[in-house]
Amino acid sequence: MTVLGYLLEKEFKQIFRDKSILVMMFALPLIQLVIVPLAMDYDVKNLKIVVIDQDHSTLSHQLVSKLSSSGYFTVVASEKNYKNGLSHVEADDASMVLEIPPAFERNLVREGIQKIGVSVDAINETKSSLGTAYLNSVIADFTRDLRLNNIHAPAERINPAIEIRPSQWFNPRGVYTFYVVPAILVFMLTILAGFVSALNIVREKEMGTMEQINVTPIRKWKFILGKMIPFWIIGMIVFTIGLLVEWAFYGIFPLGSIGVLYLFSSVYLVALLGFGLLISTYSYNQLQSMFIAFFFIMLFLLMSGLFTPFESMPPWARMLANLLPITHFIKVIRMIILKGSGLADIRMELLYELIFAVVLNAWAIWNYRKTS
Amino acid sequence: MKQFAAFIKKEFYHVFRDRRTLLIMFGLPVIQILLFGFALTSEVKNIRLLVTDNAKDYNSLQFINKLKASSYFIIQEKLMGYNEIEAEFRKGKIKSAVIIPAGFGHDLLHSGRADIQIIADGSDPNIAKAVINYITAISTQYQVAIGSAPSSQYTIVPETRMLYNEELNGSLNFVPGVLALVLMLVCTSLTSVAVVREKELGTMEILLVSPFKPVMVLIAKALPYLVLSLANISLILAVSVYALDVPIKGSLLLLFLESMLFIFTSLALGLVISNMTNSQQAALLISMMGMMMPTMVFTGFLFPHENMPWIFQQISNFVPSRWYYLIVKSIMLKGLGFSYIIKETLILVGMTAGLLTIALLRFKKRLA
Repeated sequence: MTVLGYLLEKEFKQIFRDKSILVMMFALPLIQLVIVPLAMDYDVKNLKIVVIDQDHSTLSHQLVSKLSSSGYFTVVASEKNYKNGLSHVEADDASMVLEIPPAFERNLVREGIQKIGVSVDAINETKSSLGTAYLNSVIADFTRDLRLNNIHAPAERINPAIEIRPSQWFNPRGVYTFYVVPAILVFMLTILAGFVSALNIVREKEMGTMEQINVTPIRKWKFILGKMIPFWIIGMIVFTIGLLVEWAFYGIFPLGSIGVLYLFSSVYLVALLGFGLLISTYSYNQLQSMFIAFFFIMLFLLMSGLFTPFESMPPWARMLANLLPITHFIKVIRMIILKGSGLADIRMELLYELIFAVVLNAWAIWNYRKTS
Repeated sequence: MKQFAAFIKKEFYHVFRDRRTLLIMFGLPVIQILLFGFALTSEVKNIRLLVTDNAKDYNSLQFINKLKASSYFIIQEKLMGYNEIEAEFRKGKIKSAVIIPAGFGHDLLHSGRADIQIIADGSDPNIAKAVINYITAISTQYQVAIGSAPSSQYTIVPETRMLYNEELNGSLNFVPGVLALVLMLVCTSLTSVAVVREKELGTMEILLVSPFKPVMVLIAKALPYLVLSLANISLILAVSVYALDVPIKGSLLLLFLESMLFIFTSLALGLVISNMTNSQQAALLISMMGMMMPTMVFTGFLFPHENMPWIFQQISNFVPSRWYYLIVKSIMLKGLGFSYIIKETLILVGMTAGLLTIALLRFKKRLA
């Protein structure tokens, strides 16, 4: 058998010897793939609201019931005054307090205009601005119904109306999991490949077996290749199982070509494993290696557009994000799975990943010194 | 006692010798906070919009100008059919499209009604919803501008007060979250590795045959990380206050005391993990790879807690960082006192006690 063949045999034996790590490598990503997307939801619904109704009139009751039936809000308490209502917000039991002043109905009918008090916990800016917008739209609906029922409009009023016909392509029902799950799969793959490969070479350094390899005539590139191939195979297996889980559990089936998907992910894995191996060659012990990998993977995670929209970042941040391999893969996997984009559509991103793969691995090979 | 002090000194040396890890331990949260403060936002903007104007009359031009003025969109004007538009979506060149039909102005002014079609890239539901909302709002404004004002009878005016965050500083939410996330992950992994390392390298034997009680060994291992984490918290708070304008409304002392409690909880968790594993690799993979995503998701600073399915809400109650996040929010951003966070504090105390007990009971005095 060739030298490379022996190296591969050794690596596989080492991997399979440690059952707990093996279980972790397969089970952790897949369990998280199932759990995490279900928990991720930016939509605003079930906002907990405290109502202080000091009027207790028909109109005020109607308004409150309209709020609770809107689906956006859950009325968690009715209080008598603002201080009691605020205590719910302080305790984090509610995010909003609605105050309906006394004589609400009377003033609305007599003077045509009435103020109500809305206090919003604004710590989470998105939640509070969306919540306020929904509250306003429910109130606007309410007043429109009121007017419809009570005002007789002159027949020939021409109020130009623009009718908006919205349609969402590629995901008509706006199912959020379709958007999130492929990206989480990419991320799980990244964590797996990044951490495990980062630990690998350093482990040998720490255990002392690196010395023994260094004194053999094994060429540097063969050594690195021997480290990379087993994890590449494991990565592709995890990717495949991940796609199956996506299909079985979430009903996501790629619209585009599966072949292109595999092509891209194989290049991506090579790039990422190269990255991990590179970190490994620069570290002195496993802890360091893991921490450096952790730092970069956190960076990847935040800048990739997984949690916050990519386009909303300022230009310098977008440029930085484009230098990371993960950003392109997340973009591409969504394009292939959800929109059916083909090879021609993603060739730029594929080129980027190829460049990453070549540069990172070459650097790792160059940096690995057999003599210190 | 002198022996104990010597032991602690040794542990401190271990930690401070590893400069790279220290650098990352302090640098990572700072960079995260800066990113959250200056680069990341959940707001949707810079959306690439394609406008196909089949009417090209005065009203359609006015409408398009209003879209341009809104600053949410990056607008490209081109005449395209559906197939071409779909291809643009596939290539990822545009995220949304507006199609104005021919005769738009004419229909609007003469029959009082005209249609506009909005196509949004549904593969990103957040952006799609935002696009539809923005354009609907702009078109409502436009209608008001060119038509008569709506009736002013029965107008309800909400007077909105933004609590705790009058300037609508988007970074506020993230600082407690980053604190919780970083402290939990870093402390847990560092402590677990510190113990397992000795097992792996073989120096554990020496510790075990010494007259030291196991408790002493564990305390000595955890102590340097306690000190470092307190320094870390100070750094994070300083950056948040001075670079991001995040206020500290409540008592700083209380904040530090609660943080110490949380650090104990994470350290205890690290000790439990170190009991379960025999290799550094396993300890690191569990405490970093395994805990990273769940901590980020279940702490509740990225995704509102109410949105999760009930069972996940229950699961997140077992994640210590969730309680710490609530505590920091209450003290730092709401300015509340101890009486408001008694429940959360007690939960953390309970978790710490439980984890420490498990760690001590399972600490094996013999290697086999």
